[in-house]
Amino acid sequence: MSVLVNSTINGDPIQFSCEADETLMDALRDRVGLKGVKEGCGTGDCGACSIRLDGALVCSCLVLGAEAQGRTVDTVEGMSDGAKLHVLQEKFLEHAALQCGICTPGFLVAAQALLEKNPTPTEEEIRYGLAGNLCRCTGYDKIVRAVQDAAKTMNRKAKKKVSKS
Amino acid sequence: MLYESPNTLPEAVNLLAKAKGNAYVLAGGSDLLVRMKGGYIEPDLVVDIKRIKSMSTIKKTPEGFVIGGAVSCANIGEHTALRKAWPGVVEAANLIGSDQIQGRCTIVGNLCNASPAADSVPALIAAGATALIEGPRGEREVAVEKIAKAPGVTTLKKGEIVAAIQLPAKQRRSADAYLRFTPRTEMDIAVVSAAVHLTLGAKSVIEDARVSLGAVAAKALLVKPAAKAIIGTTLDDEALQKLSAACAAACSPINDKRGTVAFRTKVAQVLARRAALLAYERAGGKK
Repeated sequence: MSVLVNSTINGDPIQFSCEADETLMDALRDRVGLKGVKEGCGTGDCGACSIRLDGALVCSCLVLGAEAQGRTVDTVEGMSDGAKLHVLQEKFLEHAALQCGICTPGFLVAAQALLEKNPTPTEEEIRYGLAGNLCRCTGYDKIVRAVQDAAKTMNRKAKKKVSKS
Repeated sequence: MLYESPNTLPEAVNLLAKAKGNAYVLAGGSDLLVRMKGGYIEPDLVVDIKRIKSMSTIKKTPEGFVIGGAVSCANIGEHTALRKAWPGVVEAANLIGSDQIQGRCTIVGNLCNASPAADSVPALIAAGATALIEGPRGEREVAVEKIAKAPGVTTLKKGEIVAAIQLPAKQRRSADAYLRFTPRTEMDIAVVSAAVHLTLGAKSVIEDARVSLGAVAAKALLVKPAAKAIIGTTLDDEALQKLSAACAAACSPINDKRGTVAFRTKVAQVLARRAALLAYERAGGKK
């Protein structure tokens, strides 16, 4: 059975059709063309397919495409403002927090969710917060440093905004 | 496969009761989709319960808390009153998987998946939680420990849905605690787990207690002799030893690469003692 789904994806109203048993991860990649959603394990262990569903951080491999009906979906493609990268993306580049890169979109989405919840996380909180994302290249250290640096920059920017207004 | 997302509980029950072939409830999907993908199950019908409003809220009532079957564990962790009243239950629910899994997984799913190693189940059993079940023949209320029958098998009948988990109101000078052993601190499944809930009376003497063990039998256990061992005591060394012995006697674990029978039996005793001490301290017990 095929299902017609209307969602708001990265801010745009999008309609796609998918099979009833198709995961949101497959639908986003193959129907909507958002290839930043990566398939790692396909069983919710690695976090490469991390997205936001109505704001909640989830593994899109454990969501059915049909479940996205009427909901908002945010993927890594929605993080940058056009060509202007998100602070987290800039810091990942600056700290070389990636090698092969397949885990990176998931890490970025998860790190964004983490910093929204906790803008000043300790190293331990970052490591726990990102425990659902696996990276087989970096050894995590550079990722943790990039997130710490991004948090610092984002807080400085937020402070500036407050003092200006 | 047919996917349905009804807006009301009676509709959901009706769909499941009338279903021909294999019908499954979809709450968080963190077990169901894995089993689908692995080819372990081939559903003909999946009923998504997340659009049922009454199942998506946590209600505080004079009798306690009613946690809807579709409430994610992340939402449980964000509920201040629930965290204060039942810290053990909330900690157990928040130990399941990563932040990504937390955003989806539910304690009802954890219960109905019927894994002996489910984190939230021993905590719910110790808390004296009940499952509110809605089915073709109406509603019934069942103690949480009676839901799982064997690994992956429940006592639920065709068409029945666990609509909510009911937790009693917090009694004065009572508290719960849940501890598990895993080789890793995150993203792991309990090798052994223990939950204790106790209520104190005058002079910090334990008036009432419930002890539950996970991953040491085919299902999470309510260990009545272990509770009996500490009721009427101030959790002195002798009481703790009797608690250990009662827990050891209740264990009939599997032997696998994650833990031998001897290891699991030993760790169950240690965790039960530590959980009891933690609950005692949380309840304001003074020795």
